[in-house]
Amino acid sequence: MNAIVTDKTIATADAEGNTERDFLLRVDNVSLSFGGVKAITDISFDIQKGEIRAIIGPNGAGKTSMLNVINGFYHPQEGTISWRGKVRRKMKPYEAASQGIARTFQNVALFKGMTTLDNIMSGRSLKMHRNFFWQLLWRGPAEQEEIEHRRKVENIIDFLEIQAIRKTPVGRLPYGLQKRVELGRALAMEPELLLLDEPMAGMNLEEKEDMSRFILDVNHEFGTTIALIEHDMGVVMDLSDRVVVLDYGKKIADGTPEEVQASQAVIDAYLGVSH
Amino acid sequence: MFYREAGQFKTSYKSDQALMPILQDRMGLAAILMIAFVLIPAFANDFFLTSIMIPFLVFSLAAIGLNVLTGYCGQLSLGTGAFMGVGAYAAYKLTTIFPDANVILMVLVSGVFSAAIGAVFGLPSLRIKGLYLAVTTLAAQFFLEWCFIRIPWLYNYNASGAIEIPRREVFGVIVTGAEATPIARYFVVLGITVLIAFLMANVLRGRIGRSWMMIRDMDIAAELMGIRPLQTKLLAFAVSSFICGVAGAMMVFFWLNAAEPSSYSIRLSFQILFMVILGGLGSLSGAFMGAAFIWILPVILKFVPGILGFDIAAETVEHATFMIIGALIIFFLIVEPHGFARLWQIAKQKLRVWPFPY
Amino acid sequence: MLYDIFIDPFVQMYQMPDFFLQVLWEGFVAGILYALIALGFVLIFKASGVFNFAQGIMVVFAGLTLVGLNENGVPAYLALILTIGVMGVLAYGVERVVMRPLVNQPDIILLMATIGLTYFLIGFGEFVFGGEPKQMITEQLGLPTGSTAFEFGDRGLVILQHIDIAAAVIAILMVAALAIFFNKTRIGRALRAVADDHQAALSVGISLNQIWAIVWFAAGLVALATGIMWGARSDVSFALEIVAFKALPVLILGGFTSIPGAIVGGLIIGFGEKIGELYWGGLVGGGIESWLAYIIALIFLLFRPQGLFGERIIERI
Repeated sequence: MNAIVTDKTIATADAEGNTERDFLLRVDNVSLSFGGVKAITDISFDIQKGEIRAIIGPNGAGKTSMLNVINGFYHPQEGTISWRGKVRRKMKPYEAASQGIARTFQNVALFKGMTTLDNIMSGRSLKMHRNFFWQLLWRGPAEQEEIEHRRKVENIIDFLEIQAIRKTPVGRLPYGLQKRVELGRALAMEPELLLLDEPMAGMNLEEKEDMSRFILDVNHEFGTTIALIEHDMGVVMDLSDRVVVLDYGKKIADGTPEEVQASQAVIDAYLGVSH
Repeated sequence: MFYREAGQFKTSYKSDQALMPILQDRMGLAAILMIAFVLIPAFANDFFLTSIMIPFLVFSLAAIGLNVLTGYCGQLSLGTGAFMGVGAYAAYKLTTIFPDANVILMVLVSGVFSAAIGAVFGLPSLRIKGLYLAVTTLAAQFFLEWCFIRIPWLYNYNASGAIEIPRREVFGVIVTGAEATPIARYFVVLGITVLIAFLMANVLRGRIGRSWMMIRDMDIAAELMGIRPLQTKLLAFAVSSFICGVAGAMMVFFWLNAAEPSSYSIRLSFQILFMVILGGLGSLSGAFMGAAFIWILPVILKFVPGILGFDIAAETVEHATFMIIGALIIFFLIVEPHGFARLWQIAKQKLRVWPFPY
Repeated sequence: MLYDIFIDPFVQMYQMPDFFLQVLWEGFVAGILYALIALGFVLIFKASGVFNFAQGIMVVFAGLTLVGLNENGVPAYLALILTIGVMGVLAYGVERVVMRPLVNQPDIILLMATIGLTYFLIGFGEFVFGGEPKQMITEQLGLPTGSTAFEFGDRGLVILQHIDIAAAVIAILMVAALAIFFNKTRIGRALRAVADDHQAALSVGISLNQIWAIVWFAAGLVALATGIMWGARSDVSFALEIVAFKALPVLILGGFTSIPGAIVGGLIIGFGEKIGELYWGGLVGGGIESWLAYIIALIFLLFRPQGLFGERIIERI
C-alpha cells in the first residue's frame, strides 16, 4: 500500500516537470549509516533555487542527519549530492560553508561566551581577509574592514529587530531571542542555501509568528533558498513551497503541501497504522 | 557615580569599536601606564624591581600567552613551562651565535622557535579534545624538558648543565648579565610586555580573535560556518607559544640570569595555568591580575612571620605557603569561577550605580 | 644505525632471555602500580566527572601519613587504621568543602580545584611530617621482604622481589573487590546511576553528596594501598608526584571510565616504558622513561581518540 502511494507521489511530481526546473541542490540515492544503524536509506530529492523546502517527519526520521549530509558534516556511504548542477565531491563542513551553505541548529549552537554583535560578526568570518599582521596593527586596513562588515551586520540586526541586545552576551538571552540571533548569524554569511533545523522549536505563538515572518522576508527580500525542518505542521504548510517527508530514514512523500497532506503514507506515519 | 558612560555618545562604528569605549577606562589605563613607566622607576628600590615587578611582568606575559590558547581558543595546555623553556634556550643559542646582535631582538626572535615547536605539538589538537589534549601537551612538557637535559649543545656544553646569560649591551646600556641594573631590565621587560599585550588586544578583538572564540565556544558550529579548525587551532598554538617563548626568554635574560632545565618544569606550567584561571579565562587584564596574585602573595607570605616577630624556619614557611595557595585557589574558584576579571566587572557595575544599589 | 634500532635490541632479547624476563617483570610491576593510580582516577571520574589531579598526591599523602604516624610512636597496625581514618576525613572534607560548592561548574574549573587540592596536600603533608624522604614501614606491616631467584639451567636467573609479588596480588584482589562493589551492591548501583546522569540520579533519591564522599574515600583507600606498595620500592616523598603523572597516559589508553581499561593501559605503559628504556633508551642518551609513556599515548590517541575501551564517538549537533 505504502509503496504504491509513494510511487504515485513521485510520479505526479515528475509529471509536473519539477525535476526539470533548475535546482540548487540535488540529493541522489543517499544512504548513511553509523555502524549498523541506518540513519538514511536511499533518499533522493532536490531543492530549487529560491524556494522554501520543508523536510518533515516523526522524531528519529533522519531529518537532521539529512541536513548534516548536505552541509558536509556527515559523509554518506552511498549516493551523490549535486550543488548547482555539479556532483559534489566529499567535502569538509568549512568548504560547504564557503560555497554558500549556512545553517542554524536544533539545539541553539551560539557562541556562548560572545555578545550578540560578535556572534553575528562571526558569520562574516569567511568574507574577511585581512591577515594576522594587519590584525596586530588594527589601525588602518583591519579596522576599515571591521567597520565595513559591522555596517552589514547592523543591517541584519535592524532587520531582526534585536538592536537592544547588541552588546549582551548571548548566554543571558531568552531562548526565543537566541534562535533569532542564530538566524542572524546564518544570514550574515549571505548564504545561497539556508538550512534551518527546527527554527521554531520551543517558541510560543507570538515568537513563531515573528520567526515565520523573518523566514518569509529572507526568502522574498534576499532571494535566499531555504530548507527547513519543522514539527509545527501549520507553519510548514503555510511557509513552504514543497515538502519532503521522511520516516525511518526513508522518503515516503514529496510534493506540495496539499499533496503531502493528502498522502496516505504520511497520514500513516504520523498517526500510526496497525500492522 | 564616577564611573558612568552616560553622555558619552558614539557617532561612528569606529568609536564604538575602540579598545576602551568608555572615557574612565582610558583614563584608568593611562594612570596605570604612568605609574608603570614613571612612578615605579622613580621611586622603587632594587628589591621591588627585581623580586616583584620584573617577575610579575614576565609571568603576566606568559599568562597572556597561555590565555590565548586556553582562555580564547579553549585548548587546555599543560606544556607552558616547556614552551617558555624553548624560548629561553633559543634566545641563549641565538645570542651565542650572534654575540653582537641586539639582545632584545634575539629575545623576540626566539619566540619564532617556540612558535614552531608549539605548532608541532598543536597538530594532535585536530583529533584530540579537552582533557585528552592536556595529556598530549604533557608529552610536550616532558619531552622538551628531557631535550634541555640531554642535548648539551643547547647549553653550550656547560659543565653545570645550566645556561648562564652573558653580558650584552643595547645602545650602550647593559641589559643582561650580572652587571645590568634592575632599572634597565625593568624597562626592557615592561616595554616588551606592554607592546605584546597591546598587539594581542588588537588581534583578539578582530576576525582572528573571534575565530578562536568560535572554536572555543562550539567547535562544530564554527566549522560549519567556514572556520578551518586545524589552521585556526595551529595559529592559536603558534601565537601562544610565541608569547610564552618570549616570556621564557625574558625570564632568564632579564630576571634570573641563569636557568636550569628544572626552571621550566611542570611546576611552572601549573603556576601559569593558575594565573590564567584565577585571573579569568579569556581576559587580558585578568592575566595581569592572576600573575600579581600568584607571584606576589608568596612573597608577602614569606615576610609575614618575620614582621609579626615569629621565628619560623624558612622551610616551614614554604610548606605553609603551598598550603595557603592551594586553599586560596579553591576558595577563589568557589567564590568566582570566572576569575578576578569577572570580579572586577562586577565591581565596575556596582561603581556605575553607586551610591544606589541598582 | 638502522641495525641499532631495528635488529640489535631483538638480538639482545634472544641472547639474554633472563635479562629480558627480568625487564618484563619490572614492567609488569610498574604497570600494576600505574594501574592502581589510574584506578583511583577512574573511580572519581566515573562517579562525578571530575578529573582528580590530586590522585597522585593522595598516594604520597597516604603513605606519608602512615609512615609519619609510625615515626611518632604509633604502632604500625594502629597507624594503618588511623591513616584509613584520615583518608575518610579527607574524602568527607573534599566533598564538603570543594565538590559541593563547585557542583555544575565546567570541567576545567573542577580540574583546577583538584590541582589546588594537590598544592594544599603537598603543603599540608610537608608541614606536618616534614619534607625529607621517608622509609616505608614494610616489615612492621607484615609485608614480605626479600627475594626469590628463579634459575633457568645455565641461561641465567630472574629475581623476583617478594614485595612486588605481594603488590600484584593485592592489586588483583582490590580490583576484584571494586568490581563486586560496583556491580553487586546497592551503593555500587547508585554510583553507576550518578555516573550516568547526576540530575536523574538525584530525582530518584540518590544523595550525590553521600556518593561522592564514598567515592573519594574508595579512591583514598586505593591511594593508600598504592602508597604502601610504591613506598616499599622507593622512598616516600613528594618526588613521586612526577611518577603519578604517568597515570594520565594510562587513562588515555584505557579510557577515563573503564576499570579494565585502567589495568590494561597500566600494563601496556609499564611494559612499553621498561622495554623502551632498556633496549632503545641508550641510543638517545637514556632517560626516555620520563616521556615515553606520553608519546605512546599520544600516538595511540591519533589512531583511536576514544581510548582502548571507549565507545566510538559520533559527533552530533
